[in-house]
Amino acid sequence: MLSATGLGRRIGDGWIWRGVDVELETGENLALIGPTGAGKSLLLRCLAGLDAADEGRIAIDNKPLDERQMPAYRARVVYLHQRPALWEGTVEDNLQAVFRLAAHRSKGYDRSVAIRWLQAFDRDAGFLEKDAADLSGGEAQIVALTRALSVEPSVLLLDEPSASMDATATEQAEELVARWVAEAPGRASMWTSHDVAQVERVADRTLTLDSSRATIS
Amino acid sequence: MNGYLQIGYAQTAIAGLLIIANLGLSAALRLGLGRRLVIAALRMSVQLLLVGLVLEWVFSLENPLPVLAMAAAMTAIAGVAAVNRTQRRFAGVYWSSLVSVTGAAFFVTGLALLGIVRVDPWFDPQYLIPLLGMVLGNTLNGISLSLDRFVESLVQRRDAVEATLALGGTRWEAAHDQIRDAMRVGLIPTINSMMVIGVVSLPGMMTGQILAGAAPTDAVRYQIVIMFMIASAAALGAFGIVFFTYRRLFDDHHRLRLDRVRKVAA
Repeated sequence: MLSATGLGRRIGDGWIWRGVDVELETGENLALIGPTGAGKSLLLRCLAGLDAADEGRIAIDNKPLDERQMPAYRARVVYLHQRPALWEGTVEDNLQAVFRLAAHRSKGYDRSVAIRWLQAFDRDAGFLEKDAADLSGGEAQIVALTRALSVEPSVLLLDEPSASMDATATEQAEELVARWVAEAPGRASMWTSHDVAQVERVADRTLTLDSSRATIS
Repeated sequence: MNGYLQIGYAQTAIAGLLIIANLGLSAALRLGLGRRLVIAALRMSVQLLLVGLVLEWVFSLENPLPVLAMAAAMTAIAGVAAVNRTQRRFAGVYWSSLVSVTGAAFFVTGLALLGIVRVDPWFDPQYLIPLLGMVLGNTLNGISLSLDRFVESLVQRRDAVEATLALGGTRWEAAHDQIRDAMRVGLIPTINSMMVIGVVSLPGMMTGQILAGAAPTDAVRYQIVIMFMIASAAALGAFGIVFFTYRRLFDDHHRLRLDRVRKVAA
């Protein structure tokens, strides 16, 4: 569904990675692993179109990424930052505001859907009233993940999505994403994680990034 | 009423003794400002004396070219100074500032000279230079405040801006809050000064005209015209710089390009 061929990213004179091929199939959960500094976040950002690749190409559904239509592409391929960035206001403001973006205006916010996502984390409607600024790191990641799911993307690019969550929430997040991918055709996820056990739990397949190239196992 | 009491160089030098108050305080409280104070006082005096000479020379020529050359030099200095007050720069920031300050100041001053004050000839430096100078000073201020706030808040709020982009937002949707914020910061000084003018502060130009023998009611009307000029030029300048910065720091593919920003010691 989402494929990248011969991707390369350079910083200064050196290549962070080069010749990276990614093939993400529908229904798949792919884990991206590699040592700290291998450029895992950079690769996800590249796939999300937030950074430009220095070489290589990205295609979705066999159509090359049209850079003039970047917002429409990103509405389908959503990248979740390692440090979740919430907007000012309550949790509900955050879940609502995303539907004010032109790319999602046709969908509209549904409170009951939002509550259903939050129930997966044992949070009830009261959680919606919380001020985003008062949330813990783990709670902010929950909101960011819920916000991303609510726009009905095709691909989730998850950059350490549970790094600040406790064990329970981590497990709930993994379950939620797995269920979301399996629930309907045309969905897939790609994870980075420092946690080897998490990679084993969530991944159908892994992609290893080392200093200059990527291998698939 | 006409004319004014002239001040000679000796009297000017006597006024310079007033700075002894600052030097005394600096020494007594060990502020360590003595050196800088002396340099600042000297720079101020030398710069103004030189400008006085240049202005007299330009006034005597009665030719539009030297007047325009002087206006261009003043504008260029304002454009550079606006950027130099900020700490984060990007390639092209000086051009952006120059275009913004030139567009705003020339448009507003030109409109005032031709349409409101109706100066004849249009380049009469007695009007053009002081009006442009006052407009430039305030436009510079608006531009540097807006520029500083816009880039700074993009850097500080980078994650939130990118979160909007990552969820399918356009660059405009992602930058909208920061743009509004930057414009507001650039316009606040003008609004604040309009609020208290005449009540708390007596503006320099108006007092100058009164000292030179103008009727206060005449001087006040000039000041009102000036304030409107300042307000609109500062707004146009701030809008210009925010627009150019937006175009520079967000590319056509709706990416935030903070890699183009570098920090310098101000």
